[in-house]
Amino acid sequence: MTRLSLLTTSTILTFALGSTAWAQTTHPVTGETLAEDQTFQYRLLDQFPSIDPQLIEETAGGHVARQLFEGLLTQNADGTLRPGVAESWSSEDNQTWVFNLREDARWSNGDPVTAQDFVASWQRAADPATASEYAWYVELSQISNSAAVIAGEVGPEELGVRAIDDRTLEVTLSQPLPYFPQMTVHYTFMPSHQPSVQEHGAAWTAPENIVSNGAYMLDEIAVNEFFRLVPNPEYWGAEDVIITEVTGFVINDASQALTRFQAGEFDMMDDLPAGSYPRLEAEMPDVAHSVPRLCSYYYAVNQSESGHEALQDPRVRTALSLMIDREVITDQVLQAGQAPAFNFTHWATAGFEMPEIEYATWTQEERMAHAVQLMTEAGYGPDNPIELNLIYNTSENHRQIATVISQMWRPLGVTTVLNNFEWQSYLEIRGNQNFDVARSAWCGDYNEASTFLDLLTSNNSNNDGKYANDEVDRLMAESVTMADPQPNYTAVEQILSEDMAIIPIYHYTQNFVLDPTIRNWPMENVENNWYVRDIYRVAAE
Amino acid sequence: MFTFIFKRLLIAIPVLLILIVGTFILMYAAPGSPFATERGVPPAVLANLERQYGLDQPFYVQIWRYIWGIVSDFDFGPSFIYRDQDVNDLIAQGFPVTLTYGFWSFVVAVLVGGTLGIIAAIRHNTWLDYLAVGISIGAQVLPNFVLAPILVLIFTLWLGWLPGGGWQGGQWQYVILPVIALSTSFMASIARIARASMLEVLTSNFIRTARAKGLPMRRIVLRHALKPALLPVISYLGPAFVGMITGSVVIDIYFSTGGIGQFFVASALNRDYGVMMGITVLLGALTIFFNLVVDILYAWIDPKIRY
Amino acid sequence: MLATRAIADQLAHKDAVKGRSLWADARTRFFRNKAAVGGLIVLLLVGLFALIGPFIAPWDYEEIDWSVLGRVAEAGRPSLETGHWFGTDPLGRDLFARTVQGTQISLMVGIVGAFIAVIVGTFYGAVAGYFGGRVDNVMMRIVDVLMSIPYMFVLILLLVVFGRSMLMLFIGIGLVSWLDMARIARGQTLTLRNKEFVEAAVATGVGPFTIILRHIVPNLLGVVIVYATLLVPSMIIYESFISFLGLGVQEPLTSWGALISEGSGEMVNGTLWMLLVPLFFFVVTLFGFFFVGDGLRDALDPKDR
Repeated sequence: MTRLSLLTTSTILTFALGSTAWAQTTHPVTGETLAEDQTFQYRLLDQFPSIDPQLIEETAGGHVARQLFEGLLTQNADGTLRPGVAESWSSEDNQTWVFNLREDARWSNGDPVTAQDFVASWQRAADPATASEYAWYVELSQISNSAAVIAGEVGPEELGVRAIDDRTLEVTLSQPLPYFPQMTVHYTFMPSHQPSVQEHGAAWTAPENIVSNGAYMLDEIAVNEFFRLVPNPEYWGAEDVIITEVTGFVINDASQALTRFQAGEFDMMDDLPAGSYPRLEAEMPDVAHSVPRLCSYYYAVNQSESGHEALQDPRVRTALSLMIDREVITDQVLQAGQAPAFNFTHWATAGFEMPEIEYATWTQEERMAHAVQLMTEAGYGPDNPIELNLIYNTSENHRQIATVISQMWRPLGVTTVLNNFEWQSYLEIRGNQNFDVARSAWCGDYNEASTFLDLLTSNNSNNDGKYANDEVDRLMAESVTMADPQPNYTAVEQILSEDMAIIPIYHYTQNFVLDPTIRNWPMENVENNWYVRDIYRVAAE
Repeated sequence: MFTFIFKRLLIAIPVLLILIVGTFILMYAAPGSPFATERGVPPAVLANLERQYGLDQPFYVQIWRYIWGIVSDFDFGPSFIYRDQDVNDLIAQGFPVTLTYGFWSFVVAVLVGGTLGIIAAIRHNTWLDYLAVGISIGAQVLPNFVLAPILVLIFTLWLGWLPGGGWQGGQWQYVILPVIALSTSFMASIARIARASMLEVLTSNFIRTARAKGLPMRRIVLRHALKPALLPVISYLGPAFVGMITGSVVIDIYFSTGGIGQFFVASALNRDYGVMMGITVLLGALTIFFNLVVDILYAWIDPKIRY
Repeated sequence: MLATRAIADQLAHKDAVKGRSLWADARTRFFRNKAAVGGLIVLLLVGLFALIGPFIAPWDYEEIDWSVLGRVAEAGRPSLETGHWFGTDPLGRDLFARTVQGTQISLMVGIVGAFIAVIVGTFYGAVAGYFGGRVDNVMMRIVDVLMSIPYMFVLILLLVVFGRSMLMLFIGIGLVSWLDMARIARGQTLTLRNKEFVEAAVATGVGPFTIILRHIVPNLLGVVIVYATLLVPSMIIYESFISFLGLGVQEPLTSWGALISEGSGEMVNGTLWMLLVPLFFFVVTLFGFFFVGDGLRDALDPKDR
């Protein structure tokens, strides 16, 4: 049942393609000498629950989907848009978008990829019968009728997406969205092969059934152990694909994975063991990498009724924030190039200008002195101590940061009770505001500042601290239709900082080790989207 | 004998039922949902998911459906997390792996542990005895979550002899490290038990008589002492096998062998109700089965016991 | 946990320990056993370490040494000058203080777990054995059923469902540990029940529970103590496994298991002391319990070896 290979015919095709790649000894563009072995292996932290584009809900499956499927648009190494199945796209009013599909796009069984495939796949993502956890992404993209379709009020055929002909797709949004093309890069909007889905049901992603339209096809999968991809000969860009085999190994334990990486068992791993980065960087500078990643790490402060009453006072929240020496956290705990954060939006977000936050310019001594003063003004301090319940989900890094911060808060007379929960409990506890302070992080769904700032509007379901400010709501609503929303974003960041709506801690980096013979890795892609079709292995010198 | 086996199998049914209902209740009491994600699933989406998995039904309907699915089709239902597979698939993939390295660990533990224990008993109070006792207590107290990374460090990183993990259909080089890591503590326990019971047998009257008659030691041990001395070892085998299945959590985490052990913790943490129930039933059935096998073995070796 | 089951079986079939003068004999026999005395000394030292450690440690167990944080591999080594006698943990907290704290927790888990087993198991087994017949049958069937439960999995579920806490850990461990004890106590009670002193008590109209408490339980003590000594280390091993799975005690508290699994994760970073220090205490304590347990068994079982 497990390791069924693909149909014999496609295996033969694969071999044929493999041999042409072998004949190629230098890279067609750069002229570098290519290694004879053009396989790529990497490590996954956990088994991905699904590789069905409409059902994927986490990173590991997303990485595989980017190799197997190709959406309308994809990304260049620097994260800018690049034509995928769509050759060109346009909109007059940012509300109705037209995508023109390329003629030579094919599924791995030879069928052409049509506009109807996209219509059916997007409808499938929103359809209640599919029960996709990522249906909300369709809603986020503002496609008209998406909310009603998801709620089952109207049928999926009412979704604002239609095929004008086989090669023209028209999308209608409920309001103008200048960054809609960026959103089509996401896996939820990748096409799935409808005849296969209808024939095999949930089993359509099994190696013997799956039909995909990306650069690779699924060859073999063993749950919790590994999976293997081989090139898709029907892919329109197949000639430029150099890597002949992709293997992912599921290794839960990070230290164990690192040992195996050092033993040369695979080429790439992220989710490095806590605290190992400085050593790796010192020992293997050409292997260890730290690049910006579009996520912000912050502490949500519960400002609702259920939180500690002191936390409703902005002075207390500010004091707590000021006491945190972010440089200790980035330079002494994490030590992997993370940037200390004083605002919410990640500094590397496309088109975003960093706001000037006042306390960011102070020295830590000044911040601490000010914190003590604020705390006294608010009527708290060592003689009127407060006890805070700090929750975090299971992870070595979260544990260490929480421990360090609880020590930093001590001089304010704040006792912190650390409560570690595993992920699912943590989500429920955080979602129900059963905390005073909650470790949180937010990763951009697309490369634009609103993906962060929308979170702190009062009716956002992920606003776990229940921060509410009418001015923030107004500015964010206004920004959607603005030609240049930056002034509003700056204003929102200033308000967040004055109110200390959340306690920003640091801006992420993506830390990973990569075999130095692997080239053209997208180091500048802040969303950590990588496409194996672009990378290659050079011969060791 | 057969009525005994029949009776025991009959008891298994209510035990498994209690287990299923109990786990169901625990599951319901657990905070958190299998569908929760960082992005806060909207209520409409959540309702769709719950309908798809039958979570919108009353409690008793869900239990009844679950049990009926097992009884009528041997269908353990869908996994709530792995949406491309159902529970039967997942267990069918993982269980043979667990069983394979579990079986070899068992063989190694019994053979090495038994031999070590018996030799120690025969050479009682010599350096060999002390060495064997020292090794076995040492092996018993060294947690396998410490042993496993050390093994990989030595055999994979430094010596480069064996792969640090994976299974690849159970090729021998992938099996060795998991078997060492899993069998060590059981081997130690078996050695200690075997030593103690062998010592007891060797001081018993019938062995003394045999010795007095001048029979050679080898013959005494093999022909007379071995069988009674193995009785306590055998009663340990049932729990040992179940313990090995439980211990496979560590093996699957460290060696990414893809066995079912990984699910013990992961299914509970992810609230994968389907896999969680499947694993509970499987482990319960295994426990009952091995306890039964041990009782039968016991009766076979010890003629005093009659069922 | 498992290893003790076989011993439990052996003990269940043993004759009950007789008479009072035996205790004195046992003491003499025990103190003649070098390994057992060695084990006892080690245990006393570890206990002393846990009790007076907090008073002599220059650092608090949750206090971070900011000068060490971030360069633990160099500055966090064991050293007399910095006051970090055992070095520091990855966060620059003093490992001596944390080991003391972990020792307290681990010993407590072991002892409380064994204690629950002793109380519940002894009483349950004594009642079943004393009343015999149908009561015995039903009570022992229940034990059989409970033994068929994959307890480790159930404990994981409990910790997930009710959250991680010391109390839950005790309940979870206590829930499963008493089963073997109940079987042993029942086996012993069966042989005691027909003894003259029990019959005499019955004849003078003493109530059954008084008999169990006054006459049966004291006579079970020898076996119970032996088994409890062996139960403590298996509880400690058990806890370390739970800690490894990340379901143990909450920060800033710690335990041997938590320290060891943290240390083994740091092994590749060249900070071996984080593994070796807690592992040393873990190993010697378990050795100690095993030797004392074996010694007690030999001492209380006067068969000449």
